[in-house]
Formats: sequence, structure tokens, C-alpha cells
Amino acid sequence: MGAKFEKNHGAAMSVHSRLEAVFFRIVVYGAALVTFGMLLYIIGYILVKGVPHLSLDFFSWTYNSENVSLVPAAVNTITMAVLTLVIVVPIGIGAAIYTVEYAKRGSKVVKVVRLTTETLQGIPSIVFGLFGMLFFVSALHWKQSLLAGAFTMAIMVLPVVMRTTEEALQSVPDSYREASFGLGAGRLRTVFRIVLPPAVPGILSGVILAIGRIVGETAALLYTSGTIAKIPHSPMESGRTLALHMWMLANEGLHEDKAYATAVILLVLVIAINYLSNRVAAKLTVQA
Amino acid sequence: MEQVMERSQEKAHKRETSPEQLKFWNQLKETIATGVFTVTAVISIVAVFLICIFLFANGIPAIQKIGLREFLLGTTWAPKNSNPSFGIFPMICGSVYITAGAVIVGVPIGVLTAIFMARFCDKRYYKFLKTATDLMAGIPSVVYGFFGLVILVPLVRSLRIWFGGNGCSILTASLLLGIMILPTIVSVSEASIRAVTDTYYEGARALGATHERSVFRVIVPAAKSGIMAAVILGVGRAIGETMAVIMVAGNQARLPQSIFEGVRTMTANVVIDMAYATGLHREALIATGMVLFIFILIINLCFSILKGKEH
Repeated sequence: MGAKFEKNHGAAMSVHSRLEAVFFRIVVYGAALVTFGMLLYIIGYILVKGVPHLSLDFFSWTYNSENVSLVPAAVNTITMAVLTLVIVVPIGIGAAIYTVEYAKRGSKVVKVVRLTTETLQGIPSIVFGLFGMLFFVSALHWKQSLLAGAFTMAIMVLPVVMRTTEEALQSVPDSYREASFGLGAGRLRTVFRIVLPPAVPGILSGVILAIGRIVGETAALLYTSGTIAKIPHSPMESGRTLALHMWMLANEGLHEDKAYATAVILLVLVIAINYLSNRVAAKLTVQA
Repeated sequence: MEQVMERSQEKAHKRETSPEQLKFWNQLKETIATGVFTVTAVISIVAVFLICIFLFANGIPAIQKIGLREFLLGTTWAPKNSNPSFGIFPMICGSVYITAGAVIVGVPIGVLTAIFMARFCDKRYYKFLKTATDLMAGIPSVVYGFFGLVILVPLVRSLRIWFGGNGCSILTASLLLGIMILPTIVSVSEASIRAVTDTYYEGARALGATHERSVFRVIVPAAKSGIMAAVILGVGRAIGETMAVIMVAGNQARLPQSIFEGVRTMTANVVIDMAYATGLHREALIATGMVLFIFILIINLCFSILKGKEH
């Protein structure tokens, strides 16, 4: 009798656990379907609606109220990205070299730097925008300009560049450094000749990610770089980037077709940037 | 013979001095380099310091003028009235409601997707799907906002026969933000699920549990604090999101009665009013940014505490 009971019990358990397994499986696959389906839907919808609106006059050299050309905004986006990178790349790489190669283990400075970069990473872009407006635009009297925007963006993407560089440097095996020191090279020479070269793909993928952030940013730039739809003559003048251009179009509500088309350009840019970053990062893993 | 001696002495002399000089220059270079790298490392500290100083120095005087109670708990935002009123309580509520909505929408889907990525996904597709989540994190918030404007707003508006409202509402913003925080939640939870040692899974399987049961009853509970950290990070993203929210939330600065009514968040308040604000109004906006900043600092603190727990 005991044996019979056990057998029954066992059968009941197996049905229950099989049901449970099926339920869990459905829930997990369903969630993944929703996530990736949503991404596909967003990209697909914007491409389908936007691509037909990509016309030639959309790429004319000047912007006016009848033809909201995106060329000035595109040029400004490139300028903004270059300016920001010029500021942030040396600082980010230098800081990463310090924390990985120079600082002693358990150094207090490194702990504080980690804490602040983590804080910077969590701060929303509108707060950066407010700070940029108060500090670069008002306190330093730079007015709303590409330069003020670039400095704001530089602070914003600094953690991205720094983290990826740190990771890339850490992935270089210690035996490289030891061999270099053993041959009599100093720390500086070891860093630049031995450690940095194999870390370049990792650093580059971080820099490309930073470009992605710069291209997509709006809240931090609205009140720092301003929204004038022209190509400025100098970095001390205001100019809107592509993302800001799209924000203005979508908010004015007059040129919905152009907003779709700008969204297409932004999406294609972001997809290309992500792809490039992945490709470059893959190089690193092959080497290491 | 003497000449040769002299010459070799000279040579020896030269050999002695030049390495020393070299050493000096090298040391100088090393010292300068160390200095430069230290300075670059300190810049992030300086940046956070400056952000705090500028926000607080501009925000606190405004709060003093308005009164802390009046500012944080006042329910009327009427900066242009002859007798202006600067209460940001509706905006604080707006941010909290929308963030809570985003968590309700985004966390279950995100965590389950993370479980899928870590334990159910076929290796062949994994790389592709990982790239897809990265891409999702990279899509600019204006593009999300625009998508919300043309898809989600009309969708919610179509429900107005039963619930009223014009489509720009807490519900719309919550749906959109729920989608937007997905990549954050997926990647952070996935990492913490992967960090659980395989012996847990193997032990569960050895005791006769199915794959699904081992994952849900053993691995996921073990990754609990990491998943919580992911949720907190998502909360930070949601509360700080600006442009996308403005496009779909309606932005009315009053306390909403239902989730089908529009609402204004703290971030939206800053962006919308800053375009024309002057004097105390402008200062009140900076103070709004400061309150948001304090929210974020608290969220960051919770995140690091949880992350510390994980290790």
C-alpha cells in the first residue's frame, strides 16, 4: 500500500512539475518575444514610414521655414562629436591609465574616482544640461554655443570612455608589463609602447559608444548648444545637432514627415555606430 | 700610449655622465607623466564637485525665498501669476507615478528576458540578441519619444470612450518608459544571473528538478540582489528621462486624478519652463533640477549598497 501511494504521489508531482516547466517556458519566451518584437517594431515602423520621406531637398545646403533641411544639423552633429572627443578622449584615457597603471592597489584616490564616475554615470542628461547652462553658458560667459555643448557632453561621456579604457587596459596580461620592466623600460614607456597598443580596439569601441551618446543626446544640449538651425562660423556660436533638430520638428508638429525622415537618419547612424563598436571590440577579444 | 690611456679615461668619463643625464631626463618625464595622469583622474572628481556646487548654490536661495514646505509640498505651480506660486508637489508626484508605472511595465518583461538571455537562449542566436539589446539602449530618447507620440498616444487615445483623456497620460508615459528601461534591466540582471555559480544549477538538477525549476527556484533567487540593483538602475533611468516623457505625458502641472490624465514630471518642468523663465521662476526651475539630483543621488546610493551586497 505504501508503495502504491508513493507511486501515485510521484506521478502527481511529475504532472505538476511538467506543467510548471511549461508555464515558466511560456513566460520566459513570451517576455523575450515582447522585448525583441518591440525593438523590431520600433525600427521597422520608423523605417517604413520614414524612408519614403527622404527626398533630395531634405539634404539641401540651407535651412529655411519651407525646407527644413537637415544638412546644417548633420554638420553640427559632426562638429559636436569631434569637439567633444578632442576634450574627453585624452582625459578619459589619462584617467584610466592612472587608475590601472599608476595608482597603488587600494588607493584612496582611485576609490573616490570610481565613486564619482559611477555618480556621473547615473546623473540624468537634463541635470548635465542644467549644469552646463549654469557653468559654461552663464558663469564662463560662453553663451549658447557648440563649445559649451561639447564641454557638457564631455563630462557626460567621460565615464563611458574611462570605463572601457580601464577594461581594455586590465585585459592586457601582466606578463607584458613585467617583461617590459625586466628589459629596463620605465613605466611611461611601458604604458605607451607595450600596454596601450593591444588595448586600442577596446578603447576605440568605447569612443565609438561615446559618439553614439553624443549623436543621440538632446536634453543636455537644448540649453547649452542651443537650437539655431545654421552651420555656425565658429564653435563659440549656437547650432542644433540632428537629435535636437528632430526634437524641434516633432514638437513644432508642422513637419511630421521630416521628423520621420530625421528619425530614419538617426536610427541608421545609431545602428551603424553600434555595429562598428561591436566589430572593433571583437578584435580585442580575438587578440587577448 | 699615454694618449690612448687618456682617451679611454675620457670615454669612461663620458660613459659615466651620459647615463646619469639620461636617468635624470627619464625621471623627469616619469614625474611629469605621473602628474598629468593624476590630474586627468581627478577631473571626474572636480566635475561632480562643480555640478553639486552650481546646482545647490543656485537652487538653495530659491527654496529659501519660496519656503521649503511651500516649494516641496505646494500643489500650485503658477509662476506667471501676479501672486506667483511655486509648488512642485505635482511634479514630484508626476515623476514618481510615471517611474512606478515604468517599473510595473518594464521590470517583469525585462527580468524574464534576462532569464531567457542567460539560461534559455540558443547560443547561435545569443550574440545577435545581445547586440539587439545594446542597440535598444543606444536608440536616442527623441526617437523613442517620437515613436510614443505616433503609436502609443493614438493607442491610448482610442480608449477615451471609456476612460476619457486625449492620449497624453501617465499610462502612455509609463508604457514608453517601461520599454525604454528594458535594455538596462535586461543587461544588468543578465550579468547577475550569469554570475551565480554553476554548482547551484547542477545541484538542483541532481536533486531531480527540471531545467525551468532549477532556474526559477534556485538561480534567480540567488541573483536577487543583482536583479534588485538592475531595477534600481532602471528607476534612475526612468526618473531622469526627459525628452521622451515630455512628448507623451501631456505636461499639465496639476495633481492627476487617474492614469488617463496628463501629468508633468520634474524633468519636463525644467525643460518646458526654462525657455522663457526669468528671475525667481528660473531659480525655482534650477531648484527643481536640484530636487531631481537629490532623488538620483539617493537612488545611486541604494544601487551601490546593493551592488556591494552582491560581491
